[in-house]
Amino acid sequence: MEQGPAGGPAAAAAAAAGTGGLLLPLSESEQQRYSELFSRCCPPPEAAAGGSSVGELFRASQLPPDTLHQITEVCGAKRVGYFGPAQFYIALKLIAAAQSGFPVRIESIKNELPLPRFMALKNDSEVRYGTPAELHGVKFQVPHASLEKNSYKRTDEGDKQEPKSPPMSPVCSPPASPSTYQRIPLSYGYGKSRSGLEQQHGAPYEIRHSTHQQEGPSSGNYGAKPALACSTLNRSLSAEREQQDSSTHYSDDPWRITEEQRDYYINQFRSLQPDLNSFISGSVAKNFFTKSKLPIPELSHIWELSDVDCDGALTLPEFCAAFHLVVARKNGYQLPETLPETLLPEYLQAASLKPMRDCTLFDSYSESLPGGQQTRDFSRTEKAPAEEVPDNSALIKDAKKDDKQALKVSTALKTIPKEFQHLTVKTAAQESNALKARPRSRSYSSTSIEDAMKKGEEPPTPPPRPQKSHSRASSLDLNKIFQQNTQAVRSGWLPPPPPALPPRPSVSQEVVLAQPPSKPARRKLRTEAQGLETPELSPTINVTSSLPAVKPHLPVQKQSSKQKRAIQTAIRKNKEANAVLARLNSELQQQLKEVHKERIALETQLEQLRPVTVL
Amino acid sequence: VLVSVICSPPQNYPLYIRSVPTENELKFHYTVHTSLDVVDEKISAMGKALVDQRELYLGLLYPTEDYKVYGYVTNSKVKFVMVVDSSNTALRDNEIRSMFRKLHNSYTDIMCNPFYNPGDRIQSRAFDNMVNSMMMQVC
Repeated sequence: MEQGPAGGPAAAAAAAAGTGGLLLPLSESEQQRYSELFSRCCPPPEAAAGGSSVGELFRASQLPPDTLHQITEVCGAKRVGYFGPAQFYIALKLIAAAQSGFPVRIESIKNELPLPRFMALKNDSEVRYGTPAELHGVKFQVPHASLEKNSYKRTDEGDKQEPKSPPMSPVCSPPASPSTYQRIPLSYGYGKSRSGLEQQHGAPYEIRHSTHQQEGPSSGNYGAKPALACSTLNRSLSAEREQQDSSTHYSDDPWRITEEQRDYYINQFRSLQPDLNSFISGSVAKNFFTKSKLPIPELSHIWELSDVDCDGALTLPEFCAAFHLVVARKNGYQLPETLPETLLPEYLQAASLKPMRDCTLFDSYSESLPGGQQTRDFSRTEKAPAEEVPDNSALIKDAKKDDKQALKVSTALKTIPKEFQHLTVKTAAQESNALKARPRSRSYSSTSIEDAMKKGEEPPTPPPRPQKSHSRASSLDLNKIFQQNTQAVRSGWLPPPPPALPPRPSVSQEVVLAQPPSKPARRKLRTEAQGLETPELSPTINVTSSLPAVKPHLPVQKQSSKQKRAIQTAIRKNKEANAVLARLNSELQQQLKEVHKERIALETQLEQLRPVTVL
Repeated sequence: VLVSVICSPPQNYPLYIRSVPTENELKFHYTVHTSLDVVDEKISAMGKALVDQRELYLGLLYPTEDYKVYGYVTNSKVKFVMVVDSSNTALRDNEIRSMFRKLHNSYTDIMCNPFYNPGDRIQSRAFDNMVNSMMMQVC
């Protein structure tokens, strides 16, 4: 592992050369130590130290990040863009200086300094223990904790107990260059799965680092990936973070979307298309994903993977999948040939309604998005989380509600009773969120049941629905159809208290509602789907029609148990409906294609009739 | 031996060419190019019906080998050409038609991709997979 770096003395000379004439005398022990560290960070034959391992090393020195920044600037790595031997040695010297309390300056390293201390960096020859890990580790982690939120904190508690050995987070992910673009979404998941990750990959790295797998704190976490040439130091520092992030993905499954990421994607979706049940058109999505600065063929491939129904638009789960793929790609993962199972829309739909406590960082993402790939400072990362924490707590409630609104899954119905207690009423406001779902969205939404539920709660406030119903499919008697739905569901579904799911409602309703004009053919689909749904709901009508009257008065608890039963029956029915609708969907899509063909045929005929040469 | 080509109007340059096996590709390119003329002829001859699934049947192009060249044109004048070895007698007309249909469907899916500009070469992996599987089935 530790190769006697041939260039020990040479490196010192290089250091002199590298700093433009600054003579950096290194004592014997220093030379030995530095060269050893350098070889650790920079497996030959590469010339420059990998940013990740360097970052990890620096982190292990327990200096505050600002100091580390300064050091990197002073040592010249920032200027030249990589950690060559010269820069590395200077940096080590500066670390020693900083640890001894000297300011980070070139002058300070001219003196005799003790060797820099790297906390808990175990190597074969020397073991140095710095100040107790917890102190710095805690300090360092705090800003990240806020960033990572609950999940992070949970794992953090466990981490602090153990000596912080340099984590090996070893990610076998391909050494592509991570970018700052996606730091936020990734950081969310990373706290949670770090432990799993480290255990998985501890073995191969143990050989290299002779440490035991532990969940190092965030400070140590910037895993010792195989050295990558990083173009700038900042990027390398940020890269470590993202490597860590991506490594945590990997432990679970790089293609699994964590809760925070999901929230994040949902908010992005919302920014593009306020109606979470509708879809994003191709051009809008194209513009959006082009901002990620991935090459077009890759974006094209990502689109192919995520647009499973091949209709040129992205529903929410498709969008999440696409976004996740973009994020993964940005972090160096190769795109898969087929869509991973965890990214399938059905899977995403099913998973989507888990309780979402964590809000996404709207602000941070929106600022990073336009910026594209900016080099990111640690300080910025740390500040951002701090800012967002207050936002998040305030927004959590809203987000929860909105998210519930967005993600309709029949399995989610189980969580509904819980939500009832939590959610405040957002009747008209959320209804007007116009969940305009495509017909195919029905396959994953709990449609009618929730619809009716919502309708049930409506009595107090006049549902704004009527205005929506005319937006697009004016040719359909949507209202009538919805009334049927409402009736059916009311009977089968004990009315939840007003605070219940506001937004959910209109799923089926919205399905019929206005679609963007670009998909005119859906009108047909919807009516047929609607027709299908109504018969299925009618069986539930027979329960009690008097329920509506009693609705507002029933206590919540009684309703919960009944709701659960009703939910389960509803789930069954919905599943059946889903199957039918899926079949119908495919048939209708075929029809759509044919209709398009006809249209094109007509257009070409028209052209032919004109006195212009056709071919 | 199977070659499939997709050519787009108006200049009829190929968007996608795939042949199995891969030698003699140049010959196939030439074959396809000449067959395009026949395709155009048929299109202009047709008045109303614009979708023709089987257009071209060449009994003998070369003295040594027989090729059957099938053509297919979509409503937007995108031409699909398939060159099959005549010795492959197991290949029936219906199969050719279904292959063209699959090609057409995949092509439609590609068009749905907003990142695809009509007229670009087709670089979709899904499309490649589909074509490969189709060709493997035949050969």
